[in-house]
Amino acid sequence: MGIDAGMWKLAGSSSSSSTCRRFHASSLGGSSGEVKALVVDDSRINQMLHHKLLDNLGVENLVVCNGKEAVDIHVSGKQFDLILMDIDMPVMNGIEATRKLRDMGIRSVITGISSHTLDHVKQEFIAAGIDEYHEKPLTSAKLLSILNKIKHKD
Amino acid sequence: MDILAQLVERFVNYRSSLYSDSILDDQFTELLKLQDESNPDFVVEVASLFFQDAEKIINNIASALKQGPVDFKQIDANVHQLKGSSSSIGAGRVKNTCVAFRAYCESQSFEGCLRCLQQVRHECTLLKSKLDMLFMLEQQILTAGGSIPPIK
Repeated sequence: MGIDAGMWKLAGSSSSSSTCRRFHASSLGGSSGEVKALVVDDSRINQMLHHKLLDNLGVENLVVCNGKEAVDIHVSGKQFDLILMDIDMPVMNGIEATRKLRDMGIRSVITGISSHTLDHVKQEFIAAGIDEYHEKPLTSAKLLSILNKIKHKD
Repeated sequence: MDILAQLVERFVNYRSSLYSDSILDDQFTELLKLQDESNPDFVVEVASLFFQDAEKIINNIASALKQGPVDFKQIDANVHQLKGSSSSIGAGRVKNTCVAFRAYCESQSFEGCLRCLQQVRHECTLLKSKLDMLFMLEQQILTAGGSIPPIK
């Protein structure tokens, strides 16, 4: 069923997971150039989408495949202004990852991004410590509003 | 009307029909906005990923429906994933089929799930053929030296 398309370009080191890719984007010097973001999502499509959204807005960003990788990257010392966190992921889901990051004292803006519409899931995500919740898909307009809030917070 | 103008008109009409038939929705427009000179094949790449993932998911669901007893939770998890990715690329009818599919998973209707599997397979195949045509018409314009008109 696949469409014949060009190779998906990788711009960073590969992880051990066969479905995980890492993207690194240097700031394009746009108005959001000072903000650093982390995309946490196991879906290759959403990784690509969110990476491109951030890239186009000049936001330096890194992509990881699950909550554990998000925690590990913080343990390694990296810091981010914004974390786009999916819920359903293997190894460690977004709710658990958010809880762990907050327990670690991470004060980054964590935006929950999910296609879940169930209230109890959203409530659990909020209780874990996200700053706001957006339903997928994330659009440029939604992301801009998130980034504006970060800037005004600073 | 010169050839380029004809190609552009054909492309615009075809693209409009995909939206009016709900095969594509506004999220596809968002994808088009992301495409730029630094990544001119962005939409094709995302679409390609979608079809790769969709094929795996559909095969997983088909296998799950052949097993007894049927694990409706597992099927629902797969459909949820497909709904998410179809929503992300703007595949309106695929997404809507997934919504109906999830309802049958919740009610544990084997027949309903089977029908929805066939329907989602049909919608993905249809989407692929429509996008193949759209990308081909786009390429014809670019080859003729024209540019792709933005969506209004």
